[in-house]
Amino acid sequence: MEKNVSNTILEVKDLKKHFKTSRGMLHAVDGVSFSIEYGKTLGIVGESGCGKTTLGRTILRLVEPTSGGIMLEGRDITKLNLRDMKKVRKDIQIIFQDPFSSLDPRNTISQALTEVVKVNKIRSGKQEIKDRVLQLMETVGLAERLINTYPHELDGGRRQRIGIARALAMEPKFIVCDEPVSALDVSIQAQILNLLQELQETLGLSYIFITHDLAVVNHFADVIAVMYLGQIVEKAPTEELFAHPLHPYTQALLSAIPIPEILVERPRILLRGEITSPINPKDECRFGNRCFHDCKECRGSNPVLREVSPDHFVACCKV
Amino acid sequence: MSINNVTINAPATESAHGPAPRRYVRKTQMRIVLHQLSKNKGAMVGLFIILAIVLVAIFADVLFDYDRDVVGIHISQKLLRPSWAHPFGTDDLGRDIFIRVLYGSRYSVSVGVVATIIGLGIGVVLGAIAGYYCGLAEDIIMRFNDILSAVPSILMGIVIVSAMGATTFNLMLAIGITSVPQFVRITRASVLTVRNQEYIEALHAAGISEARIIAFHVLPNCLSPIIVQATLRIASAIIAASSLSFLGLGVPAPAPEWGSMLSLGRQYVRTASYLTIFPGLAILVTVLAFNLLGDGLRDAIDPKLKK
Amino acid sequence: METMKSLHDPVLEVEDLSVQFVTEDETVNAVNHISFKLRKGRTLGFVGETGAGKTTTALALLRLVPNPGKVESKRIEVCGREVSAMTARQLEKYRGDDIAMIFQDPMTALNPVFTVGQQIADSILLHQDVTYGEAMKKAEEMLELVGIPASRQAEYPHQFSGGMKQRVVIAIALACNPEVMIADEPTTALDVTIQAQVLNLMKKLRDDRRMSMIMITHNLGIIADICDEVAVMYAGRIVETGTLVEVFNHTKHPYTEGLFNSLPNILNRTAKLKPIPGLMPDPSNLPVGCAFAPRCRYAGPDCTCAQPKAHWFSDTHTVACAAYERVGFTIDRPEKK
Repeated sequence: MEKNVSNTILEVKDLKKHFKTSRGMLHAVDGVSFSIEYGKTLGIVGESGCGKTTLGRTILRLVEPTSGGIMLEGRDITKLNLRDMKKVRKDIQIIFQDPFSSLDPRNTISQALTEVVKVNKIRSGKQEIKDRVLQLMETVGLAERLINTYPHELDGGRRQRIGIARALAMEPKFIVCDEPVSALDVSIQAQILNLLQELQETLGLSYIFITHDLAVVNHFADVIAVMYLGQIVEKAPTEELFAHPLHPYTQALLSAIPIPEILVERPRILLRGEITSPINPKDECRFGNRCFHDCKECRGSNPVLREVSPDHFVACCKV
Repeated sequence: MSINNVTINAPATESAHGPAPRRYVRKTQMRIVLHQLSKNKGAMVGLFIILAIVLVAIFADVLFDYDRDVVGIHISQKLLRPSWAHPFGTDDLGRDIFIRVLYGSRYSVSVGVVATIIGLGIGVVLGAIAGYYCGLAEDIIMRFNDILSAVPSILMGIVIVSAMGATTFNLMLAIGITSVPQFVRITRASVLTVRNQEYIEALHAAGISEARIIAFHVLPNCLSPIIVQATLRIASAIIAASSLSFLGLGVPAPAPEWGSMLSLGRQYVRTASYLTIFPGLAILVTVLAFNLLGDGLRDAIDPKLKK
Repeated sequence: METMKSLHDPVLEVEDLSVQFVTEDETVNAVNHISFKLRKGRTLGFVGETGAGKTTTALALLRLVPNPGKVESKRIEVCGREVSAMTARQLEKYRGDDIAMIFQDPMTALNPVFTVGQQIADSILLHQDVTYGEAMKKAEEMLELVGIPASRQAEYPHQFSGGMKQRVVIAIALACNPEVMIADEPTTALDVTIQAQVLNLMKKLRDDRRMSMIMITHNLGIIADICDEVAVMYAGRIVETGTLVEVFNHTKHPYTEGLFNSLPNILNRTAKLKPIPGLMPDPSNLPVGCAFAPRCRYAGPDCTCAQPKAHWFSDTHTVACAAYERVGFTIDRPEKK
């Protein structure tokens, strides 16, 4: 993936995060590499337990990586000390999945946003801070009259807007969106997705969009990486991935999406079993025991991600 | 690239859709809890009794002359049965039980409150440290806590008071220390829960410092169970104070502490049972009132937590 | 001819069902005057957003509406018997024998201290006159039926994964061969590939046993996959009901249209999402007129004064929208073949 360096805002190299558990090492993120260009969106898709959430947290160093590099505009942020990291935090922000637990229940909208603006010295002076808070609220579509409301008085959509405003308060270049709409109803979900898209266009933001919902990521991302048990098994530009899914897991995922249209019977790949444990994985294809190919090669070693056509990467020995 | 002066044409969520729905009326948590509490009859009775006791305790000095009415000896009037002049009767030294019981509220309330504050202060700090910073600090604090709670509290009280002398302050200190383990445990548990909430992580991501997070976000969100616990602890502190005084280890005589009054009346329990009934009732009513209020507070706060 | 008749007899008929939750502070109108029918062997899908009253409707069918809920209805008839007149004893038999429910969260629907075999056997023992041994044997059969090896009957719920737990819950629900199965968001807590497995299983069991089913979901994709008929709910009312083809391809209600427009279309990724502006009204403070009017693009003054009357577009397709009183009114969503 030889890209002009100046085009790349974030590059992740062989990132690993292992947790110690009583039953052994849990390989939550196990050698993930990708890069994102300015103003683009990388979608990360996978089922629960595949490590996508840990990946998002690790990129912000909310969870310290076990090994690997995270290059933000060419600078490796895994090596920064706390104080320098605090400065970098302004550039990378995160939007959380659950708008009900990601806000302090004791803070009003105004308190929550003021604190972020004030502590990070984005603005100074009472009036300027207040103006900034109002401006942020306007940016994310929250009416001024709600400024003194508490989170529990608001619905999920509005709460998620506060979460977005909080992320924007730092004037970031890059936002990790961790399932930002999966806790919301469809009509509200569309409002938030449109808002995120408009923000990207006007502010030139880059996103990592983590989700389990393929329909959403298809709509939203430029490039999609499919994760399975801590590793990327397939990565391709969105249209390419949906048109020519190569990895058997991707194929099964795509065929399993319920489509809200009456279609002629569509072939559905039903996988056996469920995701296995990410604790002490063996050196073999992690998808092997659910795969419909049942080949011998992948019992011996874990296939590596390789480029099979321009920009289309797959980790499967059958391809 | 900056977001200055950018206004997105946000979807018209917030405008032109009629009046604001009712739930946008501003409600602080405090108000909600008070509203819930006011619907609980038991808690309101408890609160009323507590207010009355506290008022009596505060103005006891104004109402009565300590030397004459409370400890003054009037042998001629000894062991009188309850009458209009002496509603609760008089004791073997002719002191009016009614006045002594009223005056005794000073000791019980102040020992209960101060002891609880001592326990609360030490317990919350230790509990917060143990809950927020795992590892060695937590291990040391929690093991120390286990040892402390393994000693029966009355025994601990006896040891402290007899070692340091039977003064009112030592009594408060002894009872306060025995209540530390409970506060450590409850604070640690709620800090642990709050610490793992997503909003704490969100605050980290927003560049807020650790100290600020603990002081302004973690602790305020742990307050509710601690307040409930404190209210209930006052009740048990009052019982503990009376027990120690009953054993002669509390507020020194001739102060009319309810426990020591019980102790004095013990020898007349067959002939002049009113000497023990009324101080006993005073303890019962006060403890019941604090328990009612504590239970009411817990019920008022809980539904909010579940939300 | 006999069989033909039974095919068209409704196994479940609800007329004018309302559920209110009355507290000191407010009255929440969770379900407002809804009526629907379910015929034998058919699957009816309830679709709508959180708070639309889908789950409350299902609970009312089982008479499980929690306090302080008040249920009122002209008729709730299941298998020819009026549910609201049942005694406690009858109800116990009715739940399980005639109707069973699968809940959303398989993680909490099972008792952690009993083995899965015991839990299935328990529900059999409660409803059938069999010995414990026979019930256990039946339980093992049920496990096999939902694709779990019978040997795992002695395991506890925590030893199962989410998808497996939901299979166990389905086995418990089906153990007594109910006529009607209600599934309340049965796959929401599951991953996409597991969801596909569970839905396939449910479809197969339904077809094998000619069961009737009510599927409650917010996912229109699942509705398209599994249902024959659809009822779209909004603020406690059914705003549009019809066969799957009628509702999906000949959509008539503006809210249904809005739902379709706010979904990212997987077949056309560049299509712009058109969200429904605003929020569902507070169910304790519903407007006099159409509850959707404040969010509706087509709303006129005629919408806000009274509840819209039902418009029949076919024997099965009904829409509650006042805009159809206007001559030549259509919504923007094109009809499909």
